[in-house]
Amino acid sequence: MMASVIFVVSLVCLLQFFVSYCRSVIAASAKQPLSQEVQDVTGLKNSASREDFARVTQLLHLCPERPEDRNRVHAIGAYFSLLGVLRATVARFIPSLREWTSLEQGQCAYFVAVALDRRIAFSRELLAQQMDA
Amino acid sequence: MLACAAVSIGRFQILSSHGFTSAEYVYFYYYSDLLLTIGLYCALMSLYAHVFEEMGAERLVRFGALLLLLGTSAFSFLIVEQASNKIVSRFVVELSQNLYFVGLVLTYVLWAAILKLRETRTRLIQIVLSLGVYLSLFAADYALRNLYPSQRSLFISLLQVIGLFLPLTWAYAFWRLPEEARMAPARLAVAPR
Repeated sequence: MMASVIFVVSLVCLLQFFVSYCRSVIAASAKQPLSQEVQDVTGLKNSASREDFARVTQLLHLCPERPEDRNRVHAIGAYFSLLGVLRATVARFIPSLREWTSLEQGQCAYFVAVALDRRIAFSRELLAQQMDA
Repeated sequence: MLACAAVSIGRFQILSSHGFTSAEYVYFYYYSDLLLTIGLYCALMSLYAHVFEEMGAERLVRFGALLLLLGTSAFSFLIVEQASNKIVSRFVVELSQNLYFVGLVLTYVLWAAILKLRETRTRLIQIVLSLGVYLSLFAADYALRNLYPSQRSLFISLLQVIGLFLPLTWAYAFWRLPEEARMAPARLAVAPR
């Protein structure tokens, strides 16, 4: 009985902390402007929509990985999927929640675009180091 | 983090000299786990002190933390005394598990305080949130171990993966987030605003 209570409480807390953690990661990159190059490639400027997520993620996977952002990209991918589940179930009956999930998923897409920008810069640095060597 | 690295080296030494199923390894594992949990509890208290530093409530936080630690120890001892004859070794495991859950509840209260006090330091916010995720995962894993004892080995292996989360997220927070970075905590609350 006690273990079940602890399990349920832990899951509720986990969900709350995970969502807030993902939002803090997204918020930290939301103010960063995209370089002209990434704007041209992705077609994004200051914001993104949920439909952009899959496309920008595909572009991201084409670039060499940066060890520093791998976990955060996975976490935001999981958050995007979680929002997708919410959108397909509960949010179908609550319009304001549906709107909120769309907005959040758009911010996830923008986060991935910022990560793409960093990976391109990282690849450039690597190339420059190899040229110097 | 240093204590964690030292304990990992010690565990590896004992594992290679005595083996995985030896009593030495089991004792060392659980006793060191308790010490690390108390260390994490102290780290959580220092986060409390950071959040409440402007209110000058550091002494109160320290006193409350000590009281809670003693209370959790007494509670764990009472449970063990009734349920087992191997009091000391069982007490170590029980206290460790209970401290994870108490830590989770305290982190939740700290997060509520951050939202209420409008704490804006990005680094502090991310450290508290990642600690919350870590403790929730640990508490859930311990609860699942008690609910499904036959799957114990699976949940123990999961703990090793979960254990990576905190060092990675804290390392990111300390190395990548500038100390002066700020964010509005109201934007992070789960409920749409």
